[in-house]
Amino acid sequence: MSLSQIRTVLWTLVAVAALGATGLYVYTTIARPAQAVALGQGDYQLVTASGEPFSHDSLLGKPSMLFFGFTHCPEVCPTSLAEMAAWYETLGEDAKDLNAFFISVDPERDTAEVIGDYVNWTGRVTGVTGSIEEVAKAARAWGVYYEKVPIEGEDYTMDHTASVFLVNAEGEFEGTIAYRESADTAVAKLRRLLAS
Amino acid sequence: MIRSFARSAFAALALFASASTAFAHDITFGALELNAPFARATLPNAPVGGGFLTIVNTGDTDDRLVSVAADFAKQAQIHEMAMEGDVMKMRPLTDGLVIPAGETVILQPGGNHLMFMGLTQALVEGETVPVTLTFEKAGSVVVDLHIAAASADAPAGHMGH
Repeated sequence: MSLSQIRTVLWTLVAVAALGATGLYVYTTIARPAQAVALGQGDYQLVTASGEPFSHDSLLGKPSMLFFGFTHCPEVCPTSLAEMAAWYETLGEDAKDLNAFFISVDPERDTAEVIGDYVNWTGRVTGVTGSIEEVAKAARAWGVYYEKVPIEGEDYTMDHTASVFLVNAEGEFEGTIAYRESADTAVAKLRRLLAS
Repeated sequence: MIRSFARSAFAALALFASASTAFAHDITFGALELNAPFARATLPNAPVGGGFLTIVNTGDTDDRLVSVAADFAKQAQIHEMAMEGDVMKMRPLTDGLVIPAGETVILQPGGNHLMFMGLTQALVEGETVPVTLTFEKAGSVVVDLHIAAASADAPAGHMGH
């Protein structure tokens, strides 16, 4: 290999490295999805089962679990609620600072009283509902999909996102627990959240 | 109360995916075998519940589950459910559920299920509730659903009486 060939190779390497660094810089500063930071931010004004206002500020100060569901839900919601109760049971004292909110995507049927009765047995999960508009705002903020599905006569059910959102004490999205994720994995994620 | 709920839910989760085979209450009904019928215990104040079973068509003609009736709910329907990504989607099967000749159709949590709306009583773990299943060809039959834990994926094993 001649000196000029070596020089060419080295300059090529320099050019590749520079391109790579530029690409990385562009990705981290411009192209990176901002959603990971902004998810959950919004000016939604909801209300808890006991009549307290619930907004994004309610997620500040303590880490939280958020679940969007509805009381006329045959399976996913009661199962998720039972699992949340089981995680609290497993974590015991370690979860004393962990909040949990069950937010209705069916505010027409889920009044504050209805949602309160529904989550009451857990002793730990707070029921949240609100006006149709504010619930829609909250769902948009969290990237939650939900839709009314007519079933018979006046009745309907809801399709909805069935993940548990994990939120840190700064009110920032940390991740999700998927529906029916193993209890070990879920508890490990919650321990990480509590340590963050 | 809370603890026992959480514990039973937890125990049920620990049993997740454990298969159960022998049941005292499997029913042979014409060309159909109805196996392992169960419901999940409802949480306090839950307005709806689900029922599950396995249906085997041992005959050589298709049959169809056309309706379900339950006296512990204002309304009972046959529903399909599917997770699409992280979204739960549910639809009533208004034309019922075909049980093809020689095949097995499973109604299970996370899939097709009996849906009980407007519960007039809570479904209590360890008890049974009767439902009437009506098939296009085989006719109607009463099946006792065994009520398992709130998040059970299968009936709670063999219950002797």
